Order: sequence, then C-alpha cells, then structure tokens
Amino acid sequence: MSAGATNKARSSWLLFHAAAVFAFLYLPIAVLILYSFNGQGVGGFPPHNLTLDWYRTLFDDGAIWDSVLNSVQVALAAMAVSLALGMPAALALDRAQFPGKALFRRLVLLPLILPGIITGLSLLMLFKLTNTKLSLLTIILGHGTALISVATTEVFAGLQKLDRTQEEASLDLGANYWQTFWRITLPNLKLSIIGAALLIFTLSMDEIAVSFFLIGRDNTLPLEIWGRLRRGITPEINAVSTIIFLFSLLTIVFWYRLRLRTEANADLGSELL
Amino acid sequence: MFSRAYRTVVTAPPLVWVTVFLLVPYVLMFCYSFWSVSLSQTIVHSWNLDNYKELIEKPVYWQALLRSMWIAARVMLFSLLLGYPLAYFLSFYAGKRKDLLYQLVIIPLWVSYLVRAYAWKTILGSDGVLNTLLQYVHLTSHPLDFLLYSPFAVVLTLTHIYTPFTILPIYAALEHIPRNLIEASHDLGATPVQTFWKVIFPLSIPGVVAGATFAFVLSLGDFLAPLLLGGPSGIMISNIVVSLFGAAYNWPLGAAISLGMLLVVVSLLFLSERLEKKWSFS
Repeated sequence: MSAGATNKARSSWLLFHAAAVFAFLYLPIAVLILYSFNGQGVGGFPPHNLTLDWYRTLFDDGAIWDSVLNSVQVALAAMAVSLALGMPAALALDRAQFPGKALFRRLVLLPLILPGIITGLSLLMLFKLTNTKLSLLTIILGHGTALISVATTEVFAGLQKLDRTQEEASLDLGANYWQTFWRITLPNLKLSIIGAALLIFTLSMDEIAVSFFLIGRDNTLPLEIWGRLRRGITPEINAVSTIIFLFSLLTIVFWYRLRLRTEANADLGSELL
Repeated sequence: MFSRAYRTVVTAPPLVWVTVFLLVPYVLMFCYSFWSVSLSQTIVHSWNLDNYKELIEKPVYWQALLRSMWIAARVMLFSLLLGYPLAYFLSFYAGKRKDLLYQLVIIPLWVSYLVRAYAWKTILGSDGVLNTLLQYVHLTSHPLDFLLYSPFAVVLTLTHIYTPFTILPIYAALEHIPRNLIEASHDLGATPVQTFWKVIFPLSIPGVVAGATFAFVLSLGDFLAPLLLGGPSGIMISNIVVSLFGAAYNWPLGAAISLGMLLVVVSLLFLSERLEKKWSFS
C-alpha cells in the first residue's frame, strides 16, 4: 500500500520534472516566435500591438535573402561533398582492412565532437598556407569536411543493419561489384542516405563556428544574423528565426513520415515473405 | 567477399580527403604553435618554444582556461540533472506517448544554435522579456542587471543547448537495459530505490558518460555564447583565441592555445571511451 503511494509520488515527481524540462527547452522558442509579431520591438511585457510589419520588412530586406541563397548553395554543396566521401568511408570502415584504419575512423569522426573553432582555425591555416582566397568555396570545404562524420555514422549504421546475404546472392548470380552496389547496396541504404542528407543540410544551414573563420565577402545566413546582432536587436531577426524554425519543423515531419512509411513497407514486405 | 579493387575504390578517396583537410591542418596547427610573429606582423617560420613559455608564465591564459572548464563543468552538471530524470521518465513512464515525447526532445536540436542564444538574450536583457515581466507583476521595481552579460547567462544558454545532447544517449542506454533484469531485482526483494541504484543506474553509465562528454567538450570550446551573452566576466578561452587570430594578430600563440584545447578534448574523449567500455553491459 505504502509502496504504491511512494511509487505514485515518484512518477508524479518525474512527470513534473519532465514538464519543467520541456518548458525550459521550448519557452525561449515560444518567446522568440511571439515577439516576431510585437510592434513595440523585442522585449517589453506584455507584448502588444501585434503586427506583421517585421515580416514585411524582412521580405524587402535584400541582404537577408542574398545570405539565405548563399547558405542554401553552401548546404547543398556541403551535402554533396560529405555524402560523396562519407558513403565510401562508411563502406571502407565496414568491409575493408587497411593500415591506419583505427586512426582514420577517429579522424573522420573527430569533427563531430570537436568544438567548431578548432576545425575552423586549422582549415584557415591550410588556406592561408596555400594562398586560397576565402569565399563560399572555403566554407563549403569546411562544412563538407566536418560533416563527413555525420554521413559516415548514418550510412555505417545503415550498413550494420544491411542483410549481407542479398549482396552475396547478387554476386553469386553473376552481377559484378558495380551492379551489386547500384542494385542491392544503395537501395538498401536509401533511408540512411536521405536521413544523412537532411541532417547535413540542416546542420550546414545553421553552422556558424567553422564559417566564422572561413568567411570571405559573401555572408551565410547565420553570419548575416550574427553581424546584425552585434549592431542591436530587432524583431526582424525574430521573424527570420521563426521562418527557419518552421522550415526545420517541416523537414523533421517530412523525415519522420518518410521513415514511418518506409518501415511500414518493410513490415509489409516481411509479411508477404 | 569484396575484391581488392572494390576496397581500394571505397577507401582511397575518403582517406586522401581526410588526410588533406583534417590531418594536414592539425599538423599545421602544431607547426604554427612553434613559430612566431615579427614586429612587421609577418609570421616567422623559426622553431622555438616561446609561445608555450608565454602560456605557462602569463596567468591570463590559465585563468581563462580554468574559467572555461568551470563553465563547461556547470553546463555538464545541469544538463545531466535536467536530462537524466527526463530520459528515465521517457524510458519507463511515458507509455504510448514515448515516440512523441522523444521527437519533442529532438526538435530543439534542429533549431539554430544562434537563434536559441539570441532568444535568451532577448529574455534576459535589462529591458528584456523577463525583467519587464517581473516589473509588470511588481516583483521588482527596477530591472535586474545581473541576468545578462554574466557567466550565469552563458551557463544557462549552454545548458539549454546541450541538455538534449545528454538526454539522447542516456535514453538510448536506458532503453537497452533488459527489462527482465529489473523484474529479477524486484522478485529478489529489492526496493525500487535499490533496484535503481544497483541495477538501472550502473547500466546507464555509458549513456551518462557520452552525454556528459558532449556537454563538457562542446561548451568548453564555445565562443559565440560568451560573445553574445557573457560580458567581460564571461570571457572564455576560445574568445582569446578568436582575438589572437583577429585584431591581436598572433596566430602562433593562438595555435598553441588551440592545440592545448585539442589536447584536453582528445584526452577527455579517450577517458570517456575507457569509462564507457568499463561500464558497458555485454
């Protein structure tokens, strides 16, 4: 009886704690969105004079949209670079033996946990030494290199789940390695690759620590926002942040539904077998 | 089963790329730390230990490093205190809403770091949301100015950013605990508290270590939150590096500090890997 009571007390304490942590995680985001509609500017309680003016200002703001365009270009290119190298890296880690493999694995994964400043500065030194002019290209190289870690971990996780017998069957039936890769390995990794691509795109769009050191004349969106923050804060920044947030949310929902559907199909497939 | 050619094709390109864009830059950072800057602001490629001597002799660098580690330690502690019970709740009490709540933990990770730091700035400022709210409900008559531009603001913001990073590995570790171990513990007469401390907690340590490492290492190297919210008393080691690579123009000294940070980070990773292995259940 008393054990049941303490159990109940424990679970309601945990529920309360969970609610408080979620509030802590979401309150700043809610405030951010709310004040993007506040006519009086950022701050001031209670908010009043709700307006869409800041969104109008934002849509007329050429510099912001230029930086958005730059960020999208960088993110797409970084996605291509890190997938093009992360996929073979995952395959190599999964199925090849070569001297220095352990070091290679650590080196590839290091940027995942390393503070961005170290990745950014060490690349800055490389570009300085080779007289490479800083531009969006250097940022692409920076993001592409740092995010190979994400592509590798995602694809490697996919490979671990892959049924090796399918590949063996394909090879036994006379397909060459190239055909087997295109027809068996790649389709099986589809979900991991799309997941990695979405993650890399979002991470690159938001990245600031590495870009901070590799930036040339053209700003990415986070750096444009950063520059404005140093001059003072306006709800226009709240407005653009709200739009980025909604965009990220849509990406997650898209990814989640895609995964559910694919998993449902996989279940259906196993039932048919 | 894979041919030699296949293995070469998948191994060579990433190996070459990683060597050029990761290994060489780290080696370059190492070299830079032994070089110096001449009076005419050019980098002299002569090898000496002056930068390291300066780091040891001048307390300003030590103090900044210690302050950064103290900030990172607090972020780590608070993230664990917030994250562990939540992960525990998700794993054992959430029931049917488990997936939804798990997604709710992940969503803030997709919100830009900069945007969240900015949100805290608008909340904590002297005419910010919190201060005007407090005045509105007459809890205070004038703005509390210790909220923003202080180490407190940096710790709060970084805790907000890294708490989800600690929740995820702890949750994964808790999910991996075979439920029949817990039942066995109950059947053998252990109280729920005993079961937690003797069975569940030890088995979740690898997740705790992974989450703690993430929170500590990433906070340690942060320079944007201190710039945005820290004020003079919230300056961290990376801020010094940024100024050495910028206005102060002393790349070699900056490289020496970065290398020190890299060393701290890599040894922490090594340590946490050992710990995770020691405590992992297999």
